[in-house]
Amino acid sequence: MGTGVRGRTVAVMRALVARWWARTGVDRWSRGRWIGFGVAALLLAAAVVWAVLPTPAAYRTVDERVSVRSGPAGDESVTLDTRLYLPKDASAQHKVPALLLAHGFGGTKESVTADAQDLAGLGYAVLTWTARGFGASSGQIHLDAPDYEVRDASRLLDHLAKRPDIVLDGAGDPRAGVLGGSYGGALSLLLAAYDHRVDAIVPMITWNDLGRSLFAQSAVPATGDAAADDAIRYDGVFKQAWAGVFFGSGTGGGRGGISLGGAQGTDGAAAVPADRVTGNPQCGRWAEDVCQTYLRIATTGRLDAPSRELLASRSPAGVLDRIKAPTLLVQGAADSLFPLAEADANARGIAAKGTPVRVAWFTGGHDGGEGPQSDQDRLKYLTAQWFDHYLKGNGAAPADTFTFSRITGLDAVDRGTMATGYQVTDYPGVDGAGTTRVRLTGPPRTVANPPNGTPAALSSLPSAGALASFVSGAVTDLPGQHARWESAPLDEDTTIVGAPTVNIRAASPTGEAVLFVKLYDVDPKGSATLSNGLIAPVRLTGLPTSIDQAQPVRVVLPAIVREIEAGHRLRLTVATADQSYLGPVAPMVYTVGLGTGDGTDLTLPTVRATPIATADVLWLYLLIGLVALLAVGLTVAIGVARRRTRRLDRSVVAEHADTPLRVRGLRKTYGDFVAVDHIDFTVERGQVVGLLGPNGAGKTTSLRVLMGLTQATRGDVLIFGHRLAPGAPVLSRIGALVEGPGFLPHLTGEQNLHAYWRATGRPWELARFTEALEIAGLGDAINRKVKTYSHGMKQRLAVAQAMLGLPELLVLDEPTDGLDPPQIAEMRRVLQRYAQDGRAVLVSSHLLAEVEQTCTHAVVVNKGKVVASGRVEEIVGDSPTTLLDVTDVDLASRTLDRLDGVAGYAVDGERTLVVDLGGVSRTEAVSALVKAGVGVDRVTPRRRLEDAFLALVGESTAGSGDR
Amino acid sequence: MSTVETARADGAAAEYRPSRTLTYATEFQRQWRRRRTQLALGFMMLLPVVLLIAFELGSGDDDGRNGRGQFSQLVDVAVAGGLNFALFTVFVSASFLLVVVVALFHGDTVASEASWGSLRYLLAVPVPRARLLGIKLAVALSYSALAIVLLTGTALALGTLRYGWHPLQSGIAAEVPAGEGVLRLLSIAGYLGLTLLVVAGLAFLLSVLTDAPLGAVGGAVLLYIVSSILDQITALGTLRNLLPTHFSQAYLGLLTTPMQFDDVIKGAISAISYAAIFWGLAFWRFSRKDVVS
Repeated sequence: MGTGVRGRTVAVMRALVARWWARTGVDRWSRGRWIGFGVAALLLAAAVVWAVLPTPAAYRTVDERVSVRSGPAGDESVTLDTRLYLPKDASAQHKVPALLLAHGFGGTKESVTADAQDLAGLGYAVLTWTARGFGASSGQIHLDAPDYEVRDASRLLDHLAKRPDIVLDGAGDPRAGVLGGSYGGALSLLLAAYDHRVDAIVPMITWNDLGRSLFAQSAVPATGDAAADDAIRYDGVFKQAWAGVFFGSGTGGGRGGISLGGAQGTDGAAAVPADRVTGNPQCGRWAEDVCQTYLRIATTGRLDAPSRELLASRSPAGVLDRIKAPTLLVQGAADSLFPLAEADANARGIAAKGTPVRVAWFTGGHDGGEGPQSDQDRLKYLTAQWFDHYLKGNGAAPADTFTFSRITGLDAVDRGTMATGYQVTDYPGVDGAGTTRVRLTGPPRTVANPPNGTPAALSSLPSAGALASFVSGAVTDLPGQHARWESAPLDEDTTIVGAPTVNIRAASPTGEAVLFVKLYDVDPKGSATLSNGLIAPVRLTGLPTSIDQAQPVRVVLPAIVREIEAGHRLRLTVATADQSYLGPVAPMVYTVGLGTGDGTDLTLPTVRATPIATADVLWLYLLIGLVALLAVGLTVAIGVARRRTRRLDRSVVAEHADTPLRVRGLRKTYGDFVAVDHIDFTVERGQVVGLLGPNGAGKTTSLRVLMGLTQATRGDVLIFGHRLAPGAPVLSRIGALVEGPGFLPHLTGEQNLHAYWRATGRPWELARFTEALEIAGLGDAINRKVKTYSHGMKQRLAVAQAMLGLPELLVLDEPTDGLDPPQIAEMRRVLQRYAQDGRAVLVSSHLLAEVEQTCTHAVVVNKGKVVASGRVEEIVGDSPTTLLDVTDVDLASRTLDRLDGVAGYAVDGERTLVVDLGGVSRTEAVSALVKAGVGVDRVTPRRRLEDAFLALVGESTAGSGDR
Repeated sequence: MSTVETARADGAAAEYRPSRTLTYATEFQRQWRRRRTQLALGFMMLLPVVLLIAFELGSGDDDGRNGRGQFSQLVDVAVAGGLNFALFTVFVSASFLLVVVVALFHGDTVASEASWGSLRYLLAVPVPRARLLGIKLAVALSYSALAIVLLTGTALALGTLRYGWHPLQSGIAAEVPAGEGVLRLLSIAGYLGLTLLVVAGLAFLLSVLTDAPLGAVGGAVLLYIVSSILDQITALGTLRNLLPTHFSQAYLGLLTTPMQFDDVIKGAISAISYAAIFWGLAFWRFSRKDVVS
């Protein structure tokens, strides 16, 4: 469209709008306001619509049931419910790389919708699918088995390779990355291990060795025999709460809303529809072998060899050396299911073969959820950067910088937590780059194991989401079930990044013990916090019955990120039972103690990290910029205003330099309403000029302009030759009473006068308070608050205020309003005296008598125009017209006809004649009439002003309003 | 009566200087003598006393957890020391009382002069319009600041006398040493004052637009409340960031360790921007206005 057309359109629009405005008859001033409101409303509406309207998707989706063959022999058919998010610009000409986005345990393809949309927006074809055994996909849950779930995913890669719009690295080899959280994270690792077509992976919050994850063992074996050590490592304490949640969501009996999904937007609702739970009610959709394994280990609480083998085949631990795809490992600190150590093990295993690995920790996890926004943003950035380089070839190879974050507070505006990100150039692992030692001391203590593990402390609540980490803050160790040792207050702030270690000793009558080791941060007031509710379960065997013979055992506590402030203490607690774990059934009494004698060192891993600068720094610059901008703007505005004042027309019209007031062609309109049409008059020194006119004649409007309260539409006002503008300095030579008094009601009359004079900024002695107070004549009332005054008192005070400083021109609007006759008389004298020293007074009034008695000159206005002006004597003086009330009108007429010099007459009613006597005196005329036999009842001389004024007032002024 | 003074170039009367008219001190005094000023400031000092009495009389079983999550603990620790008492007082006054007081000082200042009719006499002095508005704004800001200072100061003094001088506890982070606690309290009061600039700007603009003091004060408070309500509607998404009240509680971030300035800075930007816009409009409007009241 050319600008010409647009220009014409705009013109037509303008015309239409103008016509509409004209019709509505809104005056110009409020029209401007309405336009302002309209524009503001439109902008607001546009902003709301913009925010509420969904942005058009940059992708399209393809839902498809894909049948694949997998199983050990590759002949077991299964139907997978898939959805492909394809960027809109993807085509055979413009091929895009693909991403397999796997959901968490208990989820479906819907669970990862938000992430899929984000990634599709970044230009990847994102394939999501419901894993076998879940949702609308068929088959059974084999728990990421290489022959089943992993092979399914391989077949999906085949499926992608057939698409024309996916980049291929070779025949049947699509350019593809894999990512997912938890169950999906393990799948990413396993798929990368078993299928070398995978080009990059981002596994999140997932396991290294599922057997060791479910059977936690934090004691470091030191038998010196590899096989024995290994047996100890796998002989952990069963994580029954988490395992139960896992298993339950596969049988359809799981709790709703379980999120094993992962870091980024997952849910786990309705994992297994009830109608799909068939066959063995114990197992639901679990594959038979996995199900039986669970039933066995959950009963015994021990990991037997077949179970260990089965879980090992579902774990990346054994196949990490086969992973060639660059791996970004994301692990959550608030994760009692797959703690940070899992990612650490994965990272070491993959990096051992030289595959690029990067590790990032965040503050969420299976317990902590997605984490704060800053964490989510960082992870999204890292993920996009990873795939952009390894799949698209964009950007430099991401550094292997280790990033982590720490909860630094609570968000006051949006609630939730706030995290600060940190980075370290080299990944230090959970052992930290350096260590700090903190001494613990205290004698051994005895602790009791409750029968059946009840009652017991509750350290974490599986899958309670972010709530879990708050629950952890309130962990209570049960009396008798725990022993604890505290350090001295720390001298300086220490940030633990990694897994602290400590040596303990234990003695048990049976030679075995299950213990839970916890590290608390104790503030000076004694309240203790267990970081993220993480605890270290240990199962010790071969223990002596006496603590004296016990050998120290090294315990690796869960890896945490926590700042221990100076003055806080560290508390090591060893407890016998925890609700999340399956401990021994029999009641027992153990003796536990610190590593050696009566003390040991707690080893805290530390790193040298630098905070990651966030975009929030920009806001500070923006604030500084804004303040600077406003300062500059204010300076400029003041400068411009000064300059404008200086440029004001300061010329003096010489011929009126000594004229207090000269009004020339004044016109004032409000919209279409003409308040003052055309007014001209002059007030000279020594004059008391009356501005006379009926209500609504335009007197007050004229005075308003005169005082600079409103701007004239046309014409000008000269005060001593200076052109008047609002706020013109020459106004200081005018004292005014316009539209009634205006006082601060809470001040006394005298305080009001003082306050007013102070506002003028002029020297105190120029005010002449004594004279003003005399004029006000309020007596003692001057010390009363103005709000107690009568109208007349206020009026007198207002006149006194106007006279403060004895201004050269006094402008009074209806000064006698509300005054009683003696006061009016006094006011007259005051005004007349005032004008005698070369000052001038302008009085407006609608009362003829007042003007006549007070003023030397008068200006008569009506309907915004001057109808008469001049000296009062001239205006008020006798006119040649006389009213005669006579007994016989006819005879009188004839008599007047005969009288020489009578200019004319008119009959006005039955008995009244209006006669212009011309050169004939009234005496002559009356005597002539009487001689002629006409009875004269009344002779009334008429005056010029009255002639004019009565004629004006006689006309209806109703409806013109107060001007 | 003396004779006419010698004429000056600008035609002004003797000793008249626009820059000397209606000084800050004059306006401060004009407002100071008003009952509403004295009452408002007096109440700022009375409130801590009332709160103190309430705490003394009240039984211990209050459940102050009214939807503010972790921050509700401010109520729990209100009597932990003078600093905490002052913090609590500021906390309960922030969302409404101070809003009303600031709206009163700013909304009433021009509109009440207009309604008394004294505005036109000031303009006829003549006090230059921009100067009149500038002085009125400066005085209104001073009184608002004074109100916050009085409230905080009285609460701090009373609380310290009654509950002693102890470190600041927030229930969110570890306790803050008393010295630093004072700084935190001051920065909270300062930020609070900053966010109230929105109310100040709006009330001042309305004060210029209308002759009804109540309309200006009430209008500003009303719009502030509407904005607060809209802020509760999370469906508005990022649009809420534009609401003038969105960051009004960011001062709670100053209680955590380390202090969180992100939202405080955003809140400051928001408040200053809005105030600048409103004040700019007020000056623009007033300098062109026909004063007809």
